[in-house]
Amino acid sequence: MAKNPMELKWQEIPLGFVWHQPQSSLNNHTGSWRSERPIWDEQHCIRCGVCALFCPESCIRTDERGYFHADLDYCKGCSICAHECWTGCIKMKPEEA
Amino acid sequence: MGKRKGVESSIALADSAAMCRIEAIAAYPITPQTHIVEHLSEWVNDGHLEAEFVPVESEHSAMSAALGMSAVGARTFTATSSQGLALMHEILFIAPAMRLPIVMAVANRSLSGPISIWNDHSDIMTDRDIGWVQIFAENGQECFDLVPACFRVAEDKRVVLPTILNFDGFVVSHMIEPIEFWTQEQFDAYLPPFDPQIKLDVRKPVAMGAVGIPEIYYEARLAQQNALLNAKAVVVEAFAELEKTVGRKYNLVETYKADDADAILYLMGSLSETAMTAVDNLRAQGKKVGLVRPRLWRPFPTQELLAAFGNVPVVGVCDRALAFGLEHHMVAQEIRTLFYDAPHRPKLVEFVIGLGGRDVTIGDMEHILNRLLEVKNGAPVGPVEYVGVRK
Repeated sequence: MAKNPMELKWQEIPLGFVWHQPQSSLNNHTGSWRSERPIWDEQHCIRCGVCALFCPESCIRTDERGYFHADLDYCKGCSICAHECWTGCIKMKPEEA
Repeated sequence: MGKRKGVESSIALADSAAMCRIEAIAAYPITPQTHIVEHLSEWVNDGHLEAEFVPVESEHSAMSAALGMSAVGARTFTATSSQGLALMHEILFIAPAMRLPIVMAVANRSLSGPISIWNDHSDIMTDRDIGWVQIFAENGQECFDLVPACFRVAEDKRVVLPTILNFDGFVVSHMIEPIEFWTQEQFDAYLPPFDPQIKLDVRKPVAMGAVGIPEIYYEARLAQQNALLNAKAVVVEAFAELEKTVGRKYNLVETYKADDADAILYLMGSLSETAMTAVDNLRAQGKKVGLVRPRLWRPFPTQELLAAFGNVPVVGVCDRALAFGLEHHMVAQEIRTLFYDAPHRPKLVEFVIGLGGRDVTIGDMEHILNRLLEVKNGAPVGPVEYVGVRK
């Protein structure tokens, strides 16, 4: 298993900041930027997936029942999903300090 | 001894770049660099150089295209000046971060305004901290000789950084001089084919120009800083090999009659040729003055400069651009920094001269050198002197 790039010392940075492994952007855990998280109300969710379509981080996926959840490693809390949701079932909840 | 030709420095510089077997050129014409780009387009158009010539619509695009062509593994050259360099500004930082060994000739020129096409160092002083290796040529022969040296340094596996060759606009770029051309065999022996360390290749995909989030940006920047600092040893090697190839010796720091001097003037670019004549004139009067100039400007040759200045009691510094809002201009700031931690700290006398193409005469230089000797003999240092300005 290669070292997590986010733990590299400066001496270990690849030449030209070039990444040879595909999907290297998965190492960028943008979820740490979040101040609010989306919460789905499954009573009102119609499982249409418009939230996942609009998510700029592409971090919203379905569970085995077909309901949607954000991957909090990457969700920046931008609230676009809540804004776009047709049924208004997504509420943004502030992160605890 | 190669063949000497009476030729304009810009043309010789372009010939030198072509004889480096450059494979890609992206450039936009701007005075006083235009002849370089024009002449290279002739090389390509006439079928003498197999290179991709991209006539872009701006310097921002020139540097962007240069990045792309270097990234696919082509030996890439461009040239610019003044407003063109300024327009490249945001892209200039990306080339060294991506470790793309582009070589760029910069015909140093003033920045607007007022609008001025003439020579000073405003353009490059503004782009001092872009992370490129930077070298200065003082005449046409040096322009010709140092283009292959720039490629050799830039492409060296221990460096892999873009490199700028600075030379004075008009004063050098448009001067016709007898220039000794290297043979193509000498070029080929001195400069091996480009072996790119980074290459876009569909068969071996990589991610280039990726985002650096706060967890890694800092480490990436420090890696770049150390790469540039480590380039110095490779520049020394490149100059030594150049001397073996054509017999001309280049040093990281050039000196003129500095060894026994009572006062040394530090200056950059072609002004040194005027200053040398002034030094000779004063030496003829028994006045011991000398010159120190950086050949390599970035990475900054700290130890070599301290060695060149030695224990001289008075150092003069010539600035050819203004650091607006501070009465210690860019070159003076660097030399003040140089001496701050030095065991021996000389008196520093600061001058501004030759802004926007204002002619600098031998008499101006004699005035500066005499002023240094007055300080040596006890006159006060005083604030920066704006030499030649009407007041």
